[in-house]
Formats: sequence, structure tokens, C-alpha cells
Amino acid sequence: MSKQILNVKNINKEFKVKSTKLFSRPDPVKVLKDISFDLYEGETLSIVGESGCGKTTLGRCIAKGVEATSGEVIYHSDADKQIDYLHMDKQEFKQFRKDIQMIFQDPYSSLSPRMSVYDIITEPLITNFNLSKAEVDKKVSEIAEKTGLNASYLRRYPHAFSGGQRQRIAIARALITQPKIIVCDEAVSALDVSIQAQIINLLIDLQKEFGITYIFISHDLSVVQTISDKVAVMHLGKIVEMADVEEIFNHPKHPYTEALLSAVPIPDPNVEKDRIILDGEVPNPANPPTGCEFHPRCPYKTDKCISERPDLTQTDEENVHLSACHYANELHLKGVKIANEGNE
Amino acid sequence: MNTKEDFGTPLLSVEDLRISIQQDDHVLHAVDGVEFQIKKGTTLGLVGESGCGKSLTSRSIMQLNPKECETQGQIVYRSEKDKGLQHVNILDLKPTGKMMRSVRGKRISMIFQEPMTALSPLYTIGNQIMENILIHRTKNKKEAKQIALDMLNKVGISNEEKRFNQYPHEFSGGMRQRVMIAMALSCNPELLIADEPTTALDVTIQAQVMELMKDLQKDLEMSILLVTHDLGIIAEMCDEVAVMYLGKIVEKAPVKEIFNNPKHPYTKGLIRSMPKLGGNKNRRLESIEGTVPLAINMSNQCGFYDRCTQRIEGECDKQRVPNYQVNGEHSVRCFLYKNEMEENGHV
Repeated sequence: MSKQILNVKNINKEFKVKSTKLFSRPDPVKVLKDISFDLYEGETLSIVGESGCGKTTLGRCIAKGVEATSGEVIYHSDADKQIDYLHMDKQEFKQFRKDIQMIFQDPYSSLSPRMSVYDIITEPLITNFNLSKAEVDKKVSEIAEKTGLNASYLRRYPHAFSGGQRQRIAIARALITQPKIIVCDEAVSALDVSIQAQIINLLIDLQKEFGITYIFISHDLSVVQTISDKVAVMHLGKIVEMADVEEIFNHPKHPYTEALLSAVPIPDPNVEKDRIILDGEVPNPANPPTGCEFHPRCPYKTDKCISERPDLTQTDEENVHLSACHYANELHLKGVKIANEGNE
Repeated sequence: MNTKEDFGTPLLSVEDLRISIQQDDHVLHAVDGVEFQIKKGTTLGLVGESGCGKSLTSRSIMQLNPKECETQGQIVYRSEKDKGLQHVNILDLKPTGKMMRSVRGKRISMIFQEPMTALSPLYTIGNQIMENILIHRTKNKKEAKQIALDMLNKVGISNEEKRFNQYPHEFSGGMRQRVMIAMALSCNPELLIADEPTTALDVTIQAQVMELMKDLQKDLEMSILLVTHDLGIIAEMCDEVAVMYLGKIVEKAPVKEIFNNPKHPYTKGLIRSMPKLGGNKNRRLESIEGTVPLAINMSNQCGFYDRCTQRIEGECDKQRVPNYQVNGEHSVRCFLYKNEMEENGHV
């Protein structure tokens, strides 16, 4: 078993939303509620859920893009030191910035149009390390080669590159500081299928080579299945289920996971699907339902679900499989069979 | 109309459609000889990556493309409901003329990708749905309101009386897309063009919208042209599929045929590079190397030449690739099938 690299403990995040009434206090909306998980070196944890469930906010809290309201993120840096960086100020945190990087969804808005690609890629290097120009040049050409960018194009500006190329630039920028953890926020969702496959492959290859840990935020379960080791399903600011990818796809133990899995369109017309269609929409996080927050859409709800809020608990004796459902073990939910790696 | 082609007569046939865009110093051939037919009551999927011309193609049917686009070819529409439109070439009609307006919104409707931007923020939902009805169906406001309420009900918006008077910002993404569908279907169109109708939606909402479209298609017996990049949606919604690459349809076949027996290297690559739920875990995907080139100053070579693993040098890069008929309904634009097909006497 590889060593732990990050412990996320009870992260909470509230956003203040302007009240519609004059003079009334702003109402805090809880977008993250007691999120906890451990992350091991070299693995990929995927966070999935519908839009508005807080998955992006969670990623940003971990990368310190936004400040969490409370909680701890304990980072195991190299020298067996354990540091909670969540409440450090910017100056203090600067020394760890190089270890935790981020890749964003939209490669069109995440690259500055006024900087050349060379400047974009070297910026983190210059702010974090004290290197000579020759060393910087050497590093850039190394990274460009690794990420499949043509080194002779680096003096160009982002507009000259296609979406897939831009995402490679974003990956190169994240990678150049040799980070331990990369938060990929919907890193492949804006790309075309054929390009998406290239970028996923690149991410997998880089992980194998450098032992990077990914937090992969996505709404696309087919991509998640391809890239992850562990999956956490989020609903309305909470993790409702978490397990290894095979476990969660084969035997989901939360009705929400089951519904998400069944909603994915399968690119095969020969498969007859009996799909669970959820009625209604994601509840408003400013005014969450009582009891289990999924109950208004849950096909299996009982009175207990309406009144009592289930906690995220361990449901399996052998595998680590957490689920926040009163009936996690009673319901036999339908999953998706994942083929083994054997028949490659 | 011919009597022999009663059922299965194409409602719409696009013939040799070419759209070029004049840019500063060059011409972009965005759509280059596209041909397809949509039969009555069926769904044709138009699939391809961004920039392949699928949206331009679908919009040219409604004559909604910007002025810079020069469109050539024929889009023949054969209406059954409207005697005046039994056989018209849409491209001959004046885009702002009376004839075109009697087609657009009434016989052919469209749903756009972004439900956030397709609705006007300044008018109530009811107002926007009624606009179409008042132009095409009735002049009576009360009647129009009743039709609009029925439509809202049909697309699964509850509490329609209240919803009728609300503005788009009070609706969520999925609800707005339902409103778009209600609007598009309010005049019982014969053809619905859906340009990436579910791309902006969550999977769970996407499943709802797809189910809704299927149900309404059965009810109203309309044809659908579904433009998408998602092969999963294609597999679930379509009867026929046309795969577009760089302004050309490279392969066309019934949906099962496309997935079970893809012929064109691009189609094969596309299907293989799709991560598939229930497939292998933690495995490299098979990707198509390279990127889509720009359709500027294209020589006669096959557009996929640079990325193709099975290219035939001296052939694929020298001449225009003709369309080969694999069997009755399956055609492919690739030299790999030249010998096979010529024996059958199809070219």
C-alpha cells in the first residue's frame, strides 16, 4: 500500500448569498458539508455529481483557490512532515503551491491571450524556483516533449492552438513544478471525443511516469471509469458514496449512484437499457430537504428517509465502501459490470 | 408526388450542399458536398467533432446561417401537411420571405444547444411560446394561451399556469430546455432539428429530456435531425447515422450497422476512442492522433488523410474520394472499399 499524501477532514464551505429582502442578513448557503477522505500517493480519486453539487468548490478548496470555512487538509510533504495548509495565509502557503496544481475545464479561458505559451508554461517555474535561464529553457523543452507540444511553437500565443493543444499547454503548466497532486477540474469535458482520448491517455501516462496523485473532478462517468482508482459521489455538498471504482460501478450502494450510472448513454445500439429516470431536479442548496437530501428524487424512499438524515458509514466488511443511505445493504441496486484488465 | 414512394419518402433531402465562408484572404469550405435524406417519422443523427460543419448544415435547413455563408446545393422539402410546400427547394426561398416563414417554426422547428441563451430574458416563458403559436396557428390570444399551457404540460412542466408567467431566469437548465422543446413543438412541426439538445445538461436531466423527445416524437409522428458529438446519444435516439468529418459525410448507415460494422477509419476511431461505461478500467484509450485540419485551401485529398492509419499513399492524397455503397443503406467515402464495391457495380 502506498503512503498517504493528503487527509481531508471535515471541510465545510459556506457562501454568503445576498438576501432578497432589504436590510436582512445574508443567508449562508452550505455548499460543502463535512467532506472527509484520504488520498494515497499515485492514485486517482474522482469526484462525480451533477452541476451544483459542490465538486468544483471542493477541488478549489483543496488547491486553495477558495478559502474553506472550516476543516483541515493535512498534506504529507516529503520529509514525513504533516502540515495542515487549509488555514495558512498566502505567503506561508507559497512553499507548497508548487506541490498542488490545478488544470481547469475550459482551455480557452484558462490561458491568458496576452502571454506566449512559453511565458505561460514558465510562469509557475519562475515564481516558485530560482533558476537560471538555461535551466528554465531545459525544463520547458522537457515538459513540452512529455506533453506532446512542439517545442518550436512555444513562442506563439494561445490563439494559434486548438482546444486539445491548449489543454496540453495547461497540463504542461501544471506539471512543470513537478507537483505531487493535480486537481483536474473537468479537464477533458470541453474536448472532442478523439482529442479527449488523447488527453486522458496523456494524463494516465504522466501519472505512471511521475507518480502524480490526481483529484479528478468530472460529471462524465465513462471517463471517470477509465481513469480512476477511487470514486466519490457528491450530492448537494456531501459525499453520499465512496469506494473503489470497480466496487462502486459494480455494486452501487446509494440510489443516487445507481441513477447516475443508469443515465449514462451507452454507445451501443444493441444494449437494451432499463433506465431509472429521476423525477425533478437537484434541490436548492439554500433550502435543502429534510432527512436524506436525496429523498425527493429517490425511487426507494420511506418515511425514515424523510425524517432522518443518514450518515456516511462503512457498509462492507471486506472492501472500503462508504454510503450515506439507510438501506445501503438492503437495496440491491443495479450497477454496471466493468470488465477486467485481462482482456486487453 | 409519386405514388410508389409512399412510406419512406424522404421528408427532406439535402443534395450536394456546399457552404463556404469568405474570410480575409481565403475561402473556408465548411460544408463540402453533403447529402442525406430524412424519412418521415425517423431520426437521423448527424455526428462529428466541433468544426466539422454539422451545425452549419443543420442551420442551413432553416436558413439561419449568417450572411457571410455562401450556400449552394439543394435542400428539397416535401411537406405532407401543406399543399404549397409539396416540393420546394428551401435554398430557393428568400430567407426573410413569406414562404420561408411558413416553413420555419411551423413545419420545421429547431432546438438549440444553450437553453440559457436561446430564450430571451425580457419576456415571460408564456409570451415566448405564444409568439410562435400566434404567428402560425391562431390569431386568438386565449386559444394561443391554451395551446401554450397544453404544451407546457406535455413537456412535463407542472404548475403550468404559474410557470406561464415566469421569466427564463426562474427556470433551471433542464426546465429551460423543456420550454425550448415546448416552443419548438407548439405548431406540430413535421421536422425537428435538435442541435446538441442535451450537451449543456447533467446526465440525469439529459436522460429526462431524451425520454421526452422520444415520447413526443411518437405522439406527433415527426422526424428529427439530431446533431450531436455524443455517440451514446446517437445509439439511443437515432434510426440512421451520418458521420461528418471536415465538411463531408464520410459514412452513413442505419444505427446498428454503424456500431456493429463501421467502415470508415474515422468512424472506427471515433467509436474506439469513446470511453465506454462497462468497458475496461484504467486502460489507455485508443485515440485518433492529430487534430482536425482547417478546411482552407484543401486540395483534392481525403480530409482524414493526415490522421488515418490505413491511408493509401498515392491514392487518398491525390484524388477526391467518391462515395461507395456498401449495401442498400450503408455508404462510405473511403478508397479502402474501392475494389470490394466496384465488383458490386456501385460507384
